[in-house]
Amino acid sequence: MLEIRQLHKSYPIGDSSLHVLKGIDLSVKDGEMVAIMGSSGSGKSTLLNIIGMLDEADEGDYVLDGVKIENLTEKKAAVYRNKFLGFIFQSFNLISYKNALENVALPLYYQGLKRKARQEKAMFHLGKVGLTDWAHHLPNELSGGQKQRVAIARALAANPKLLLADEPTGALDTKTSYEIMEFIQQLNDEGKTILIVTHEEDIAQMCKRIVRLRDGVIMEDKVVEQVRASVNV
Amino acid sequence: MFDRDLWREIFQSINKNRTRGILSGFTVAFAILLFTILFGIANGLKNTFKEAFADDATNAMFIRAGRTTKAHKGMQAGRRIQFKNNDFDFLKDDFGNRVEYITARIYKGLTATYKNEQNSYNIRAVHPDHQYLEKTLMNEGRYINQNDLINKTKVIVIGRLVEEDLFLRGEEPLGKYINLGGIQYKVVGTFSDEGNDNEERIIYMPVTTAQQVYGNNDHLDQINLSYNPTMSTDQAIAFGNEINRALKDRFSVARSDQRAIRVFNMASQTKGVNQMNNVLAIIILIIGLGTLIAGIVGISNIMIFIVKERTKEIGIRKALGASPRSIVSIILLESIIITAIAGYIGLLMGVGVIEWIGPSLKDYFITDPGVSTQLVISATITLIAAGTLAGYVPAKRASRIKPIVALRNE
Repeated sequence: MLEIRQLHKSYPIGDSSLHVLKGIDLSVKDGEMVAIMGSSGSGKSTLLNIIGMLDEADEGDYVLDGVKIENLTEKKAAVYRNKFLGFIFQSFNLISYKNALENVALPLYYQGLKRKARQEKAMFHLGKVGLTDWAHHLPNELSGGQKQRVAIARALAANPKLLLADEPTGALDTKTSYEIMEFIQQLNDEGKTILIVTHEEDIAQMCKRIVRLRDGVIMEDKVVEQVRASVNV
Repeated sequence: MFDRDLWREIFQSINKNRTRGILSGFTVAFAILLFTILFGIANGLKNTFKEAFADDATNAMFIRAGRTTKAHKGMQAGRRIQFKNNDFDFLKDDFGNRVEYITARIYKGLTATYKNEQNSYNIRAVHPDHQYLEKTLMNEGRYINQNDLINKTKVIVIGRLVEEDLFLRGEEPLGKYINLGGIQYKVVGTFSDEGNDNEERIIYMPVTTAQQVYGNNDHLDQINLSYNPTMSTDQAIAFGNEINRALKDRFSVARSDQRAIRVFNMASQTKGVNQMNNVLAIIILIIGLGTLIAGIVGISNIMIFIVKERTKEIGIRKALGASPRSIVSIILLESIIITAIAGYIGLLMGVGVIEWIGPSLKDYFITDPGVSTQLVISATITLIAAGTLAGYVPAKRASRIKPIVALRNE
């Protein structure tokens, strides 16, 4: 699904530059659920952004689902993001003046689907996250957990190959976090490949594999016994 | 680029910030309002000038003679210059290729009698071309023609008001005989004129008839001609000066003598009016464009602000797969829509104001102010162009937003 070799990335800071990723090698297979852990500044978000094509690596290879990702123009990146990737953010990133249904339908709009098809599909995904009744509510009328479920529905709507979650539970209380994780685990059970950046140990333990980063290199990469979120709820 | 969903997106966004949209549209609406009113008023002024010259052909020239004011070639000042038939022929022969119509005029004041009605009128004895030079509109019958000149026939063409004075309602004037100073003339035509009423209180007769009947000479009071309309105003003015010099030489008058031979050239008037109209048009264009530019800058400013405010949203859209092009079209179309709608409101208001106050401006030399369809069409094009211009920089800026930066923007 995902092959990364010798990935380097630095950011210019004034005259000098900050070497954030110092040669990352990572391979993720279909249906895996991987937690990327590390303290802040370890480069975990940068890695996720590069995988998500929101950012570009300075050096190294990145192959996603057999497609080599390189020389990204804005246009090409937009197509890849739309086709391959679903994003879940810590701060949900819903569009405030669009209701839940419109938010979920947005990636479908960029896929070029007809309005009717979009709405049907969006409604289906909202139903999957249990928010059918909230379809016509604006984000500020929803709770944090509900917002994140809308965001997940939106990430799923375009049927991406890879789901990228950047601290998906960072803005939620423990109970809601576990509900969201339970949901993400279900998605993984259904075969979705999922990458989660987190700095919370309990969240990481709910994945099947943990990759630990420190100072831009992978310190540890191990398969763990998945803790089912439902146990904690 | 113009699918329905895009429009939905844009109206959703405009609707969300209605106040902002209205405020930014205000400058443009005001600019167009101002421009429309000014343009209408300028049109009104133009119409006034046009009306003032409607009486005669605009390419006309009137040549009159007076007394000399300067001694020249051994002749004293105060000599009276009298045009004669051979002067008319001279002009016709020497300048004919540049002359469209030419006629002489002899003025007489005579009392006309028909049955029991009697009144005095100005008589003009003319050549057939006079009809076109004076823009005389025939109501019935015919004008003076070449046959009348050759045979010195005693025929007249009478104005609408002469007919009203002398003939009872319903009485046919054609073929009737009117007594002019003791001689019977046959009415062969009636006419009206776009100028003032005095122009319709006139009686025309053949120039040769008048010369024979009233003085038995070949004197002419005035020569009118119109120059070839293909001539430019400057060429026409030069032509007038040329005629002036030729006649002065012919009568041995000093070239600097302003009174012996006078050529009144419509072209000089036209030139003055045209120049004024042009200056007026330029001033209005500058004011209009200036205000429009202010409006564009205003909208551009607001759009930059909107882009800044929506940075995160644009980032989200890009993360979801929005192409740079779709981002550009959202911002650009929003700008165009605000500009076009605001501009149209301004245009409608301007037209409304002009329609409303237009009639009361007649006293200020403004006749029928108004804007043409052509202006409305070009205004539409200008507005769309203005909206594009206003939205271009902000839209380009929006499309360059990096999603990663935008998403970090909390």
